[in-house]
Amino acid sequence: MTLHLAIALDGDSFAADDWTTPVRQADEARLDFVTFQDSFGGRRPDAVQVAARVAPLTRHVGLVPVATTTHTEPFHLSTALATLDHVSRGRAGWQVRVSHDPAEAALLGRRAPLEFDDLFAEAADAIEVVRRLWDSWEDDAIIKDVATGRFIDREKLHYIDFSGAYFSVKGPSIVPRPPQGQPVVAALAHDERVWSRLDVDVYFVTPADADQAAKIVRRLPGRKVFADLVVGGRTPTDAAVFTGTTTQLADLVAAWSGSGIAGFRLRPGEDYGVSAITGELVPELRRRGLFTPSPQQRLRERLGLPQAVNRYQEVARA
Amino acid sequence: MPKQIILAAHFPGVNNTTVWSDPRAGSQIDFDSFEYLARTAERGKFDFFFLAEGLRLREQRGLIHDLDVVGRPDTITVLAALAAVTTHLGLAGTLNATYHEPYELARQLATLDHLSGGRAAWNVVTSPGAFFGENFRRGGFLDHADRYVRAGEFIETARKLWDTDGGEFAVKNSQFDIKGRFGVPRSPQGHPVVLQAGDSDGGRELAARHADAIFSRHHQIDDARRFYRDVKDRLGKYGRSEDSLKIIPGVSYVLGDSDADAQEKAHHIRRQQVSPQTAILLLEQLWNTDLSGYDPEGPLPETDPVLDESDTIIKGRAGMYPDRLKTANEWRARAEAKNLSIRDLIIEVTGRQNFIGTASRVAEQFDEYVQTGACDGFILVSHLTPAGLDDFVDQVVPLLQERGVFRTEYSATTLRGNLGLA
Repeated sequence: MTLHLAIALDGDSFAADDWTTPVRQADEARLDFVTFQDSFGGRRPDAVQVAARVAPLTRHVGLVPVATTTHTEPFHLSTALATLDHVSRGRAGWQVRVSHDPAEAALLGRRAPLEFDDLFAEAADAIEVVRRLWDSWEDDAIIKDVATGRFIDREKLHYIDFSGAYFSVKGPSIVPRPPQGQPVVAALAHDERVWSRLDVDVYFVTPADADQAAKIVRRLPGRKVFADLVVGGRTPTDAAVFTGTTTQLADLVAAWSGSGIAGFRLRPGEDYGVSAITGELVPELRRRGLFTPSPQQRLRERLGLPQAVNRYQEVARA
Repeated sequence: MPKQIILAAHFPGVNNTTVWSDPRAGSQIDFDSFEYLARTAERGKFDFFFLAEGLRLREQRGLIHDLDVVGRPDTITVLAALAAVTTHLGLAGTLNATYHEPYELARQLATLDHLSGGRAAWNVVTSPGAFFGENFRRGGFLDHADRYVRAGEFIETARKLWDTDGGEFAVKNSQFDIKGRFGVPRSPQGHPVVLQAGDSDGGRELAARHADAIFSRHHQIDDARRFYRDVKDRLGKYGRSEDSLKIIPGVSYVLGDSDADAQEKAHHIRRQQVSPQTAILLLEQLWNTDLSGYDPEGPLPETDPVLDESDTIIKGRAGMYPDRLKTANEWRARAEAKNLSIRDLIIEVTGRQNFIGTASRVAEQFDEYVQTGACDGFILVSHLTPAGLDDFVDQVVPLLQERGVFRTEYSATTLRGNLGLA
């Protein structure tokens, strides 16, 4: 079976070229997406902006920045990610992150960090708000009806009227519905307690071997499960670390491919970088039929996710 | 050497200046439109590209406004993408100091400055009231008087973060109590360019103290000179030179083969900008009450405006009429004297077409404004997206270059350098 392939980028450079070079390599190798790590307080550029910066220079690869629900306003998250989808013509995703780090909270002068349950309850609310805002414009809301002088049909815009324990958001969005309808939402799930809490499309998990991967897949029905794999040496992580030749790496991918995972997110290590992945590993996987590039341009379609249904449109038509 | 003119391009936004009904009008959302206008501005050697921000859709009579362009993408995300398709053009975004946090915004702006090679600019605005707050967890929490306090401390805080070169900071003032590691090394400009919009005394003082440029409203030349003098005279007490703050009004223009031709085009554009439905809505914004029963081709209402400012008919737009009764009486007198319908009157009193004429006439006027101390340059607001700047770049820019008042090549790599700011 063919797998999906992604690369996790995590760099401390603020030079645009240091990002465009690897993302273009991933684009030319027709990988499905790249993720951009982010957190507050560390030495890293803002991931949404890095993704936007490379968007006009690439055509195929999905662009999935990390953004944090703990501190960033859901309204800002929603508009930034919808805009990334517009500027990339349907290639945007979002890796949801939460923060329990008091040092991050201090950067924003906010309250003390929430405990685990509340932190994820807040994240779940944030995802709900972001998704509702993406739906708050029906696809055909812009009518440009010269006869009546109306630019939009306001009946096709919807207040989301979200009211929760942590925030409330009125809506609608200021950004028309993004090209994918719903950009792809992903989350890292090291911890089993996360698995059922978030409404995401893609989970990144960290099994130690193929058997464990198969067990995780069985427990996450309806999700695209990607196995995180560090290739080429150590980076601080709890994902499985693999070192070896390209042939041995391809053997590993083949061995895990029957576990039911949707694909791999490869984390370049010290001595197996993006060039080695795109220049050596990907051709080898293609030769073995383990990876076939998707002809689709939009990320949802590349990943075989169902078409995004607009909840408000469905209600309006019911 | 004559003073050099600053030029910037405003991407048309959500008001009735933008004529969406014109067959040449394109999308205000597709990235192609942003790329087209930015490339045109860069072809014309403009200083920067300017984007507004939206935090909520405007409402009138309790309904989402549906006549003008509605909806726009996120400011800084678009600018980051534009950094990939331009090389010299400054990238200025309006970002609200009320509904953003200093650490997050300073980090975004410094990131944009890095990713664009030193071309980032921030137009600082503030928002009153609870209307926008309904989209944010902090809600509507600022009194009008506190807006400039927060804005000033916000800018000071951002600058402090930018100065850490990625290191540790601690800020404690009346608005913010934050500390930690900034994480972004010093960006090419050190401090992204700070613009400030606002004509009030508080706004002028804030700009004199903190801003690199003012995005002002257009004034007739004598008023513009007074505004210019007033603001520049405030700089001394903050130890700043006159050149350290640029005054750049937002202006519109209409070009024609002759001045008469330009006037005729301008008239046509005004009628497109103020449809019969728009005329009634604009009149309601002064009268502060539902006037949907009135005929746009008929006379003005005889009843007086509703003066209750706690419940205005329009939400999401700054109040424009400090004395409704006085303005209404002026409008009535004008309509009666010239026998104007509601629509005719609105076309007259809300007109924002500032420079109308042949290319050489407009070039001459621009030059006069700048050389005689009425402003330092212009932010051009065209009525068409995204091709509205084409004729200006093709026709007026060469004339300004011939006069020696506008660059023929970029002289610096950063926006700060091109603007002549230290």
